[in-house]
Amino acid sequence: MTGPLPWYVAGPLIGLVVPLLLIVGGKVFGLSSNLRHLCAAVPLPSSLKPGFLRYDWARSGRWNLVFALGILLGGMLAGVLFGEPNAGAQISDATRGDLAALGLRDFSGLAPSQLFSASTLASPIGVVFVVAGGFLVGFGARYAGGCTSGHAISGLAALQMPSLVAVIGFFAGGLLVTHLVFPILLPALLR
Amino acid sequence: MTVVSENVPDFECVDVEQVPPAQQLPALDSSNRGLALLAYLLIGVALGMLFVLSEVVSWYRIQEMFRFQSVHMYGIIGSAVVVAAASLQLIKRFDVRTLHGERIVVSPKQWGSSSLRGARYWLGGTIFGVGWGLIGACPGPMFALVGSGMGVMLAGIVAAMAGTWVYALVQHRLPH
Repeated sequence: MTGPLPWYVAGPLIGLVVPLLLIVGGKVFGLSSNLRHLCAAVPLPSSLKPGFLRYDWARSGRWNLVFALGILLGGMLAGVLFGEPNAGAQISDATRGDLAALGLRDFSGLAPSQLFSASTLASPIGVVFVVAGGFLVGFGARYAGGCTSGHAISGLAALQMPSLVAVIGFFAGGLLVTHLVFPILLPALLR
Repeated sequence: MTVVSENVPDFECVDVEQVPPAQQLPALDSSNRGLALLAYLLIGVALGMLFVLSEVVSWYRIQEMFRFQSVHMYGIIGSAVVVAAASLQLIKRFDVRTLHGERIVVSPKQWGSSSLRGARYWLGGTIFGVGWGLIGACPGPMFALVGSGMGVMLAGIVAAMAGTWVYALVQHRLPH
């Protein structure tokens, strides 16, 4: 791959997933509920699970878990057919400069190996970027009742004001981390 | 949830508890078997490939977005919303049915009962955004990244499950 699929090709095709899921079985595009289905599927006695996680996940969530499995396989297939994407090499010079100034040196792959690798997972870097980041994504998505797919795409497309509020929240949180937290955190962790 | 076919609960935006039990379960089975499941799988495969090939799964692209230094992510999300919105209008206008003949109806999202209007959306949304900024991937791309060989993202999914679990434990104490 010499560059990413252009936005005007990828975006409309991603948008078509919404009507496709509705027409196949009346399903609403939203991926974060899979996290709940996965929690509900954890084989623990139901007395140990909060009520929110006690339901027939196989019945209500099977379609979405199969859909998520497809996404995983699609991610694999993209690499097999088109080679490992090298997004870091193609981002704008401004972003690259900003991140380099914060201490990032390796711009290969889909995410910087200085932050995302098996060897940094157990270090403060991994705890912040993978564990805390993932935790907040899971907590926030369920609290807000949806993630980027459920609110930003399905919700906005259906002209839902609550989804607009959620999406403004998504960006407020991301901007806060990028512009207020990273300038302190990244140099300290990468030193 | 915003758009649901008749009698199908929306598990994304309206939680199970908000849907009367009598309305929850009928009609799920027909679309939960065999060919329909294969269709979901294949749509997922296509989406996973799109996620990777367009690089929306990339931590760098998320940074580029939050720094307003490229149109790429905004173009993708924006054009996806436009196409999805137009599709919903067409479904409504022509009363398009599901393959099983069920009607597709649009139901509004609930604002919730908190005195802080829409608390779950702006509080939950902001918490999500902080996590999104750190890990640089939302739930869909997390699955695609595991497939593309980024094993460490499995830990991200487990952490996101832990976040979901903790939400389940404390949800009754949070404003919604």
